[in-house]
Amino acid sequence: MNPYIALLISFALCAIVAGIMCGASWLLGPKVENKAKSEIFETGNPPLGSIRGIRFPVKFYLTAILFVVFDIEVVFMYPWAVVFRRLGWMGLGEMAVFVAVLAVGLAYVWRVGALEWD
Amino acid sequence: MDLLISFVLALVALLILLQLTVLLLWVERKGSALIQDRVGANRANLFGGLLPFNLGIVNTLMADPLKLFHKEDVIPKDADKFLHWLAPFIAVLPLFVTFAVVPFGDVLVIGDRVINLQAANVNVGLLFVLGMVSLGVYGVVIGGWASNSRYAFLGGVRGSAQMISYEIGMGLALVAVVLTYGTLDLQQIAREQGKLMWGVIPAWGVFYQPLALVLFFIAGIAESKRPPFDLPEAESELVAGFYTEYSGSKQSMFMMSDFIEVAIVAALVTTLFFGGWQVPYLQRDGFHFPGGFFVGVPSLVVTILQVVSFLVKLFIFCWLQILVRWTYPRMRYDQLMNLGWKRLLPIGLANVVVTAVLVLALEGFTIK
Repeated sequence: MNPYIALLISFALCAIVAGIMCGASWLLGPKVENKAKSEIFETGNPPLGSIRGIRFPVKFYLTAILFVVFDIEVVFMYPWAVVFRRLGWMGLGEMAVFVAVLAVGLAYVWRVGALEWD
Repeated sequence: MDLLISFVLALVALLILLQLTVLLLWVERKGSALIQDRVGANRANLFGGLLPFNLGIVNTLMADPLKLFHKEDVIPKDADKFLHWLAPFIAVLPLFVTFAVVPFGDVLVIGDRVINLQAANVNVGLLFVLGMVSLGVYGVVIGGWASNSRYAFLGGVRGSAQMISYEIGMGLALVAVVLTYGTLDLQQIAREQGKLMWGVIPAWGVFYQPLALVLFFIAGIAESKRPPFDLPEAESELVAGFYTEYSGSKQSMFMMSDFIEVAIVAALVTTLFFGGWQVPYLQRDGFHFPGGFFVGVPSLVVTILQVVSFLVKLFIFCWLQILVRWTYPRMRYDQLMNLGWKRLLPIGLANVVVTAVLVLALEGFTIK
């Protein structure tokens, strides 16, 4: 049997269980409307309002971009690692060039201080 | 019949995971009490003292989940209702499914039917695990965004940056492991580790990839967002971080996802580095000790021994993570980022290169 069918069965089962567990409070819990309760919690102070359009440090964005660069590198390494023995020294050389380019990239972002968090 | 078997296996994998998380919740509460030299949770009763006796040990095993499921489900009035519902679901579903590809035993032979003790025997197991674990970041981000609260938002943003940073370290550590075994199939990796080095030492991954084990373990703890890496939910700064605005069972889903991640990291450490379900010297027909001693064991007993061995190892590594959680103080955010980007990433990269050269240079020496 195709193992992906088994995976699909697993998915369906887990989705049902997770759904029931998420909805348990909605099904079983009390429902009492209360003005104070429906407000967000800001350690007891009156809430400052919505966060839509709020500004936050650009560092998080930079981290995400760097992640895309280096994680794609790792993703490319997986198929290479699986067939590594068949590729031999030639495959190692090619991957070494690829990794070297990205290592230079890492050295660069390190040097310009993109990895510094202050 | 095949469908029924895979359904039962999927159910078994899910039940192992659910039981383990509930057990871990109890171990965490009692274990932390042990570490901090106090008694910890020790009493429970049903329906406000209906029972004449104290349920004691049952406390967190049953009372905690039951209580959380009976609490009111509060959604703040400015929140995005759909995303508020979606976040806990997305946080747990991929983690539940991850366990489907983890082998918890070799094969179970009933009559002439050979059942592989793994819910889904896919040949890209390791890739599947990495993909599913990385989906966990969506639960954090969506949860933080949907609540429309400052604390939740900060927790969500911190969580996303932390989880993606450590994913790279985790991925690189595992590349070195894949290089050693030459396959992504977790069952295959576990079988490879049944061989012996020089006829004495079990060929477990820890002897081939000790550095990858350390890197993976650190990155795994960081991925599970538990102390010392609990910046996204740092209680003293952000109330409860990305799940500040959650209550009842939805909040318990987020707490549960932490424990499931602990279980998954433990399961992967066991499978990749400590032989999975392997018992040293135990083959399908019995114990083959070095020096030619042989003790025959029936097939069913072998299977049971292997499953027990897997569960014991799994539990040891869960406990190790709980020890870490109660031993180290929380890191600062810049320290966290430094560790991820300036330590794990270069060391992981160097480990991959060294492993690749060694594998080729010592072709006859490695497992293959």
